[in-house]
Amino acid sequence: MKIKLRYFASLREALGAQGELELPEGSRVGEARDRLIARGAPFEASLARHKALRAALNQALCDESAVLADGDELAFFPPVTGG
Amino acid sequence: MSIPSPSAHVPRVSIQTADFDTGAELAALRAGDLGVGAVVSFVGTVRDRHEAEALGPGSIQAMELEHYPGMTESAIEAMIDATMARFRVRAARVIHRVGVLQPGEQIVFVAVTSSHRGDAFQACEFLMDYLKTQAPFWKKETTPEGARWVDARVSDDAALARWGDFASNAVASGGPGQA
Repeated sequence: MKIKLRYFASLREALGAQGELELPEGSRVGEARDRLIARGAPFEASLARHKALRAALNQALCDESAVLADGDELAFFPPVTGG
Repeated sequence: MSIPSPSAHVPRVSIQTADFDTGAELAALRAGDLGVGAVVSFVGTVRDRHEAEALGPGSIQAMELEHYPGMTESAIEAMIDATMARFRVRAARVIHRVGVLQPGEQIVFVAVTSSHRGDAFQACEFLMDYLKTQAPFWKKETTPEGARWVDARVSDDAALARWGDFASNAVASGGPGQA
Protein backbone atom coordinates (compact mmCIF):
# COMPACT_ATOMS: atom_id res chain seq x y z
CA MET A 1 0.00 0.00 0.00
CA LYS A 2 1.06 3.57 -0.51
CA ILE A 3 0.62 6.50 1.89
CA LYS A 4 1.10 10.23 1.43
CA LEU A 5 3.57 11.99 3.70
CA ARG A 6 3.56 15.59 4.87
CA TYR A 7 6.14 17.47 6.90
CA PHE A 8 5.93 20.81 8.70
CA ALA A 9 8.22 23.44 10.24
CA SER A 10 11.83 22.27 10.68
CA LEU A 11 11.00 18.89 9.14
CA ARG A 12 9.56 20.56 6.05
CA GLU A 13 12.76 22.56 5.67
CA ALA A 14 14.86 19.40 5.87
CA LEU A 15 12.67 16.91 3.98
CA GLY A 16 10.38 18.95 1.74
CA ALA A 17 6.66 19.52 2.21
CA GLN A 18 5.53 16.08 1.11
CA GLY A 19 6.45 12.61 -0.01
CA GLU A 20 5.21 9.08 -0.47
CA LEU A 21 5.95 5.75 1.16
CA GLU A 22 5.27 2.13 0.22
CA LEU A 23 4.46 -0.08 3.18
CA PRO A 24 3.12 -3.58 3.87
CA GLU A 25 -0.62 -3.73 4.66
CA GLY A 26 -1.36 -3.14 8.34
CA SER A 27 1.80 -1.15 9.06
CA ARG A 28 1.77 1.28 11.96
CA VAL A 29 2.91 4.89 12.18
CA GLY A 30 6.06 3.89 14.09
CA GLU A 31 6.99 1.46 11.31
CA ALA A 32 6.56 4.19 8.72
CA ARG A 33 8.92 6.38 10.74
CA ASP A 34 11.47 3.53 10.94
CA ARG A 35 11.35 2.96 7.19
CA LEU A 36 11.96 6.63 6.56
CA ILE A 37 14.87 6.66 9.02
CA ALA A 38 16.32 3.69 7.10
CA ARG A 39 16.47 5.81 3.93
CA GLY A 40 19.45 7.61 5.45
CA ALA A 41 20.18 11.32 5.13
CA PRO A 42 18.35 13.62 5.52
CA PHE A 43 15.51 11.46 6.92
CA GLU A 44 17.73 9.65 9.40
CA ALA A 45 18.64 12.83 11.27
CA SER A 46 15.27 14.60 11.04
CA LEU A 47 13.17 11.65 12.20
CA ALA A 48 15.76 10.13 14.57
CA ARG A 49 14.30 8.30 17.55
CA HIS A 50 15.80 10.68 20.11
CA LYS A 51 13.92 13.61 18.56
CA ALA A 52 10.62 14.71 20.06
CA LEU A 53 8.18 14.55 17.15
CA ARG A 54 4.43 14.40 16.82
CA ALA A 55 2.39 12.67 14.15
CA ALA A 56 -1.04 13.16 12.63
CA LEU A 57 -2.95 10.54 10.66
CA ASN A 58 -5.50 11.95 8.22
CA GLN A 59 -5.21 15.33 9.96
CA ALA A 60 -5.82 14.10 13.52
CA LEU A 61 -3.07 13.74 16.13
CA CYS A 62 -2.09 10.10 16.59
CA ASP A 63 0.51 8.00 18.33
CA GLU A 64 2.94 5.60 16.75
CA SER A 65 0.71 2.56 17.29
CA ALA A 66 -1.93 3.92 14.88
CA VAL A 67 -2.54 1.54 11.96
CA LEU A 68 -2.14 2.89 8.42
CA ALA A 69 -4.30 2.18 5.39
CA ASP A 70 -3.73 2.68 1.68
CA GLY A 71 -4.08 6.33 0.67
CA ASP A 72 -3.71 7.70 4.21
CA GLU A 73 -2.14 11.09 4.84
CA LEU A 74 0.55 10.83 7.52
CA ALA A 75 2.23 13.97 8.82
CA PHE A 76 5.31 14.32 11.02
CA PHE A 77 6.16 17.59 12.76
CA PRO A 78 7.92 19.04 15.80
CA PRO A 79 6.01 19.85 19.00
CA VAL A 80 3.51 22.62 18.27
CA THR A 81 4.18 26.22 19.32
CA GLY A 82 1.12 28.27 18.39
CA GLY A 83 -0.95 30.53 20.56
CA MET B 1 -37.29 26.72 9.20
CA SER B 2 -35.37 26.56 12.43
CA ILE B 3 -34.68 29.60 14.54
CA PRO B 4 -31.00 30.55 14.32
CA SER B 5 -29.15 29.77 17.52
CA PRO B 6 -27.30 32.62 19.26
CA SER B 7 -24.23 33.71 17.36
CA ALA B 8 -24.86 31.20 14.58
CA HIS B 9 -23.78 33.93 12.17
CA VAL B 10 -20.26 34.02 13.61
CA PRO B 11 -17.78 31.37 12.46
CA ARG B 12 -16.15 29.58 15.37
CA VAL B 13 -12.67 29.31 13.86
CA SER B 14 -10.71 31.63 11.59
CA ILE B 15 -7.13 31.11 10.42
CA GLN B 16 -6.03 34.27 8.67
CA THR B 17 -3.13 36.55 7.82
CA ALA B 18 -5.18 39.69 8.52
CA ASP B 19 -5.39 41.40 11.90
CA PHE B 20 -8.65 41.33 13.87
CA ASP B 21 -10.76 43.87 15.78
CA THR B 22 -11.33 42.52 19.28
CA GLY B 23 -14.20 44.91 20.02
CA ALA B 24 -16.08 43.95 16.88
CA GLU B 25 -15.44 40.25 17.50
CA LEU B 26 -16.73 40.43 21.07
CA ALA B 27 -19.83 42.35 20.02
CA ALA B 28 -20.59 39.86 17.25
CA LEU B 29 -20.07 36.86 19.53
CA ARG B 30 -22.73 37.95 22.02
CA ALA B 31 -25.06 39.70 19.57
CA GLY B 32 -28.64 38.50 19.80
CA ASP B 33 -28.11 36.38 22.91
CA LEU B 34 -29.61 38.08 25.96
CA GLY B 35 -28.78 35.02 28.06
CA VAL B 36 -25.14 36.03 28.06
CA GLY B 37 -23.97 37.40 31.38
CA ALA B 38 -20.23 37.01 30.94
CA VAL B 39 -17.75 37.42 28.10
CA VAL B 40 -14.12 36.43 28.65
CA SER B 41 -11.43 36.78 26.03
CA PHE B 42 -7.69 36.30 25.65
CA VAL B 43 -5.45 38.06 23.15
CA GLY B 44 -1.92 36.80 22.58
CA THR B 45 0.58 39.27 21.14
CA VAL B 46 4.05 38.95 19.63
CA ARG B 47 6.83 39.84 22.07
CA ASP B 48 10.17 41.34 21.07
CA ARG B 49 12.17 39.45 23.73
CA HIS B 50 12.69 36.23 25.72
CA GLU B 51 13.92 37.14 29.18
CA ALA B 52 14.72 33.53 30.05
CA GLU B 53 16.97 33.15 27.03
CA ALA B 54 18.88 36.40 27.47
CA LEU B 55 17.25 37.90 24.39
CA GLY B 56 16.56 41.46 25.46
CA PRO B 57 14.12 44.07 24.23
CA GLY B 58 14.13 44.40 20.46
CA SER B 59 15.99 41.16 19.86
CA ILE B 60 13.05 39.39 18.24
CA GLN B 61 12.55 41.25 14.99
CA ALA B 62 9.74 39.18 13.46
CA MET B 63 7.70 36.05 14.01
CA GLU B 64 6.53 33.76 11.23
CA LEU B 65 3.71 31.30 11.78
CA GLU B 66 3.24 28.10 9.81
CA HIS B 67 0.23 25.80 10.17
CA TYR B 68 -1.32 22.61 8.75
CA PRO B 69 -4.22 23.82 6.57
CA GLY B 70 -7.27 21.64 7.06
CA MET B 71 -6.06 19.98 10.23
CA THR B 72 -5.72 23.31 12.04
CA GLU B 73 -9.37 24.18 11.53
CA SER B 74 -10.70 20.72 12.38
CA ALA B 75 -8.47 20.43 15.46
CA ILE B 76 -9.68 23.75 16.84
CA GLU B 77 -13.32 22.90 16.06
CA ALA B 78 -12.84 19.73 18.12
CA MET B 79 -11.27 21.77 20.95
CA ILE B 80 -14.27 24.07 21.00
CA ASP B 81 -16.61 21.05 21.10
CA ALA B 82 -14.63 19.70 24.07
CA THR B 83 -14.81 23.08 25.80
CA MET B 84 -18.57 23.33 25.29
CA ALA B 85 -19.07 19.80 26.58
CA ARG B 86 -17.12 20.61 29.71
CA PHE B 87 -18.26 24.11 30.65
CA ARG B 88 -21.55 25.97 30.35
CA VAL B 89 -20.55 28.06 27.35
CA ARG B 90 -23.01 29.75 25.01
CA ALA B 91 -20.62 30.66 22.17
CA ALA B 92 -16.91 30.47 21.47
CA ARG B 93 -14.58 32.01 18.91
CA VAL B 94 -10.94 31.39 17.99
CA ILE B 95 -8.91 33.49 15.58
CA HIS B 96 -5.28 32.60 14.89
CA ARG B 97 -3.07 34.54 12.55
CA VAL B 98 -0.45 32.97 10.27
CA GLY B 99 2.33 34.41 8.14
CA VAL B 100 4.84 37.05 9.17
CA LEU B 101 4.01 39.18 12.22
CA GLN B 102 5.89 42.04 13.87
CA PRO B 103 6.45 42.51 17.62
CA GLY B 104 3.40 44.09 19.20
CA GLU B 105 0.96 42.56 16.71
CA GLN B 106 -2.00 40.45 17.80
CA ILE B 107 -1.51 36.76 17.07
CA VAL B 108 -4.37 34.84 18.70
CA PHE B 109 -7.86 35.59 19.99
CA VAL B 110 -9.96 33.25 22.14
CA ALA B 111 -13.35 34.37 23.44
CA VAL B 112 -16.27 32.66 25.12
CA THR B 113 -19.67 33.77 26.31
CA SER B 114 -21.53 32.21 29.22
CA SER B 115 -24.37 32.95 31.60
CA HIS B 116 -21.92 33.48 34.45
CA ARG B 117 -18.28 34.43 34.81
CA GLY B 118 -17.03 31.23 36.43
CA ASP B 119 -17.60 29.08 33.38
CA ALA B 120 -16.47 31.86 31.05
CA PHE B 121 -13.10 32.34 32.78
CA GLN B 122 -12.42 28.62 32.98
CA ALA B 123 -13.56 27.82 29.45
CA CYS B 124 -11.37 30.54 27.96
CA GLU B 125 -8.28 29.33 29.78
CA PHE B 126 -9.03 25.65 29.03
CA LEU B 127 -9.44 26.41 25.33
CA MET B 128 -6.22 28.41 25.24
CA ASP B 129 -4.29 25.66 27.06
CA TYR B 130 -5.55 23.17 24.47
CA LEU B 131 -4.63 25.45 21.61
CA LYS B 132 -1.06 25.89 22.87
CA THR B 133 -0.40 22.16 23.03
CA GLN B 134 -2.64 20.53 20.39
CA ALA B 135 -3.17 22.89 17.47
CA PRO B 136 -0.73 22.47 14.56
CA PHE B 137 1.01 25.86 14.49
CA TRP B 138 4.75 26.49 14.53
CA LYS B 139 6.55 29.76 15.26
CA LYS B 140 9.82 30.82 13.73
CA GLU B 141 11.42 33.94 15.12
CA THR B 142 14.00 36.24 13.56
CA THR B 143 16.77 37.25 15.97
CA PRO B 144 20.14 39.01 15.50
CA GLU B 145 21.69 35.53 15.19
CA GLY B 146 19.26 34.53 12.44
CA ALA B 147 15.92 32.75 12.21
CA ARG B 148 15.13 29.87 14.55
CA TRP B 149 12.17 27.64 15.34
CA VAL B 150 10.65 28.30 18.75
CA ASP B 151 10.84 25.34 21.15
CA ALA B 152 7.69 24.00 22.78
CA ARG B 153 7.51 24.64 26.52
CA VAL B 154 6.95 22.00 29.17
CA SER B 155 5.04 24.65 31.15
CA ASP B 156 2.34 24.63 28.45
CA ASP B 157 1.88 20.88 28.88
CA ALA B 158 1.69 21.48 32.64
CA ALA B 159 -0.99 24.13 32.13
CA LEU B 160 -3.15 21.63 30.26
CA ALA B 161 -2.48 18.95 32.88
CA ARG B 162 -4.20 21.12 35.50
CA TRP B 163 -7.45 20.20 33.74
CA GLY B 164 -6.67 16.49 33.98
CA ASP B 165 -5.74 16.30 30.29
CA PHE B 166 -2.30 15.35 29.10
CA ALA B 167 -0.57 16.70 26.04
CA SER B 168 3.03 15.44 25.94
CA ASN B 169 3.72 18.11 23.38
CA ALA B 170 7.02 19.59 24.56
CA VAL B 171 8.28 16.11 25.38
CA ALA B 172 6.49 14.29 22.56
CA SER B 173 7.40 10.63 22.45
CA GLY B 174 10.37 9.72 20.32
CA GLY B 175 9.31 6.09 20.42
CA PRO B 176 8.86 3.19 22.82
CA GLY B 177 10.39 3.73 26.22
CA GLN B 178 10.72 7.48 25.93
CA ALA B 179 8.86 9.93 28.11
